Amino acid sequence: MADVSLRKIVKMYDDVEAVRGIDLEIADHEFVVLVGPSGCGKSTTLRMIAGLEDISGGEIAIDDHVVNDVPPKDRDIAMVFQNYALYPHMTVSENMSFGLRLKRFPKPEIKARVDEAARILDITELLDRKPKALSGGQRQRVAMGRAIVRNPKVFLFDEPLSNLDAKLRVQMRTEIKKVHLKVKTTTIYVTHDQVEAMTLADRVVVMNKGRIEQVGPPTELYNHPKTKFVAGFIGSPAMNFIPCRLEEAAGALRVKLTDKITFPVPADRTARYTAHVSNGKLLLGMRPEHVTEATGHDGPGVMPFDADLEVTEPMGAETLVYFKVNGAEVCGKVSPNAGAADGKPLRLAADLNNMHLIDDATGLVI
Amino acid sequence: MATTATPSSVPAKAASHRPQTYGSMSRDRAWALKWSYFFLILFVLFFLLPPVYMFITSLKTSAEISAATNPWWVFNPTFSNYTELLTRPQFLTFFKNSAIVSISVVIITMLISIPAAFALARMKFWGSATLATGVFLTYLVPDTLLFIPLFKMFSVFHEYTGIQLLNRWWVLLVVYPTLTVPFCTWIMIGYFASIPKELDEAAIIDGASWFQTLTRIFIPVALPGIIAATIFAFTVSWAQFLYPLAFTTSIDQLVLPVGIITTLIKGDVFNWGQIMTGALLGAAPPLIIYAFLMDYYIAGLTAGATKG
Repeated sequence: MADVSLRKIVKMYDDVEAVRGIDLEIADHEFVVLVGPSGCGKSTTLRMIAGLEDISGGEIAIDDHVVNDVPPKDRDIAMVFQNYALYPHMTVSENMSFGLRLKRFPKPEIKARVDEAARILDITELLDRKPKALSGGQRQRVAMGRAIVRNPKVFLFDEPLSNLDAKLRVQMRTEIKKVHLKVKTTTIYVTHDQVEAMTLADRVVVMNKGRIEQVGPPTELYNHPKTKFVAGFIGSPAMNFIPCRLEEAAGALRVKLTDKITFPVPADRTARYTAHVSNGKLLLGMRPEHVTEATGHDGPGVMPFDADLEVTEPMGAETLVYFKVNGAEVCGKVSPNAGAADGKPLRLAADLNNMHLIDDATGLVI
Repeated sequence: MATTATPSSVPAKAASHRPQTYGSMSRDRAWALKWSYFFLILFVLFFLLPPVYMFITSLKTSAEISAATNPWWVFNPTFSNYTELLTRPQFLTFFKNSAIVSISVVIITMLISIPAAFALARMKFWGSATLATGVFLTYLVPDTLLFIPLFKMFSVFHEYTGIQLLNRWWVLLVVYPTLTVPFCTWIMIGYFASIPKELDEAAIIDGASWFQTLTRIFIPVALPGIIAATIFAFTVSWAQFLYPLAFTTSIDQLVLPVGIITTLIKGDVFNWGQIMTGALLGAAPPLIIYAFLMDYYIAGLTAGATKG
């Protein structure tokens, strides 16, 4: 068990800067998820922590011990790979015990640890099988078992669920969370799937173009994104961004989307937004669940407007509706009983209490 | 593909004019099969007739071979060629020399090629890609081009050190690997490269050294490739003719192919019956090795390493 610190970490591939000076403190027992689009440097960061990539600049410390020049085997970490990387010629138990056997652990200790890990992961009956006789989900469990038996300071997961089908992915996601609740080892988990990030993490690290965009608990990232990138990346369907202008009238601010649609800004935000009245590159950020059908008795800050729906997508529990405002495609979530239909108008309501105002020039949320 | 909205007669007509396409797959397939069989039989005849002819001739007496009878039939079958050859100590010496040389060459080749291929495939160091290509280029130099300079080098070596390398069977242990190592290294580079990178990364994180990664992960996983390389190395050294002909001359130093030619052709007298017998017996070991290792060779050991 250990904490991990990244200080000004840089990774250069020839002239390309893949990771551009990352600072991150990961506490003991914490489950941290690095998330971002492909090529954002998240896997490279993980591989540097593992010791599989050289560090071009900065320091990585595990338990306050700088490990820049420590080989992977002496860092006391375990890694789970996307394609599982099981040794095909060994049985499940041999796969799991390989690291312990190399370290010359006594046989009874190895057996005890393998049995314990197999019990945690519910793979006891598979111990004598070869990897090729296992399903994808079972292989993934074995790969996790191989990490658990080592009892390392840090678990590293590199997109461990990407090779599984959608249903199994959800199931294994829960498994990973359960295992972490039992084992409590510090975990760093890389994924491009923001749902995995949201569901698993104690803290999510959103990365983009080799930099950290924002770090925080999932709900904080969801409710209070600091940049347009984070706002758009976290959440599914993604947040709507609608070009808008701020107008000041009689001491109150109004968001003007089109000539017909203008919303008053909630009073508590007026002070924050006032400086941007003349800004011509503003975006209104609204999550789909904050654009719902108008009920006629909406609370304060929930403003009705009319929309011409283009497409509707019934999901069962809710219906997604798509329409255009000021040239931007907007997605809303309405009740299945709201009477939404393709190509029909519908009176919707926007919950301004959950609005975000984004300066498109800087990409920052105001 | 006629749309149901326009029930005109045009699509129906078009359909009736067009030749029926169902079943064309199997007709194509039948043709492909016929041609396959035609060429396969052609190749089988082409490749199997010489050994069959050798076998037939090996069962004949010298008198019958030179008689003007049907060469494809044995009228008075005899095992005398076999008994004579197998009871002659010379022949057994050739066989023994060949066996020692080939097995040793296989071992030497593997001891060099496997670590070399592993290093070139996995340890990225300065010039590793160039070196890998260089290894292959070495293989492209034909042995007919090399034996004269090698011969010269051995005499120079003798002049300076007093150690005689010529006419010693064990010198073949030094010479053959120049043929086998480059090719074996090359095919194993390819085989090692097909092993997912994550497998050695997992091993390294598990605490394995490079050497342990090689011996405990790569060699078992790449066994089919190693066996293919072994078969190649064995066949090359077993069948090698030019080098032993050039570098060994005394009867007791000869290997099988050269021994048969040297002792069974006396001037312009060819002892065809025994030559064919010797060649057939000489072909047996590679054949047996192929037969035993083929299953292993084909078995895909890498299945299940990763997804897919």
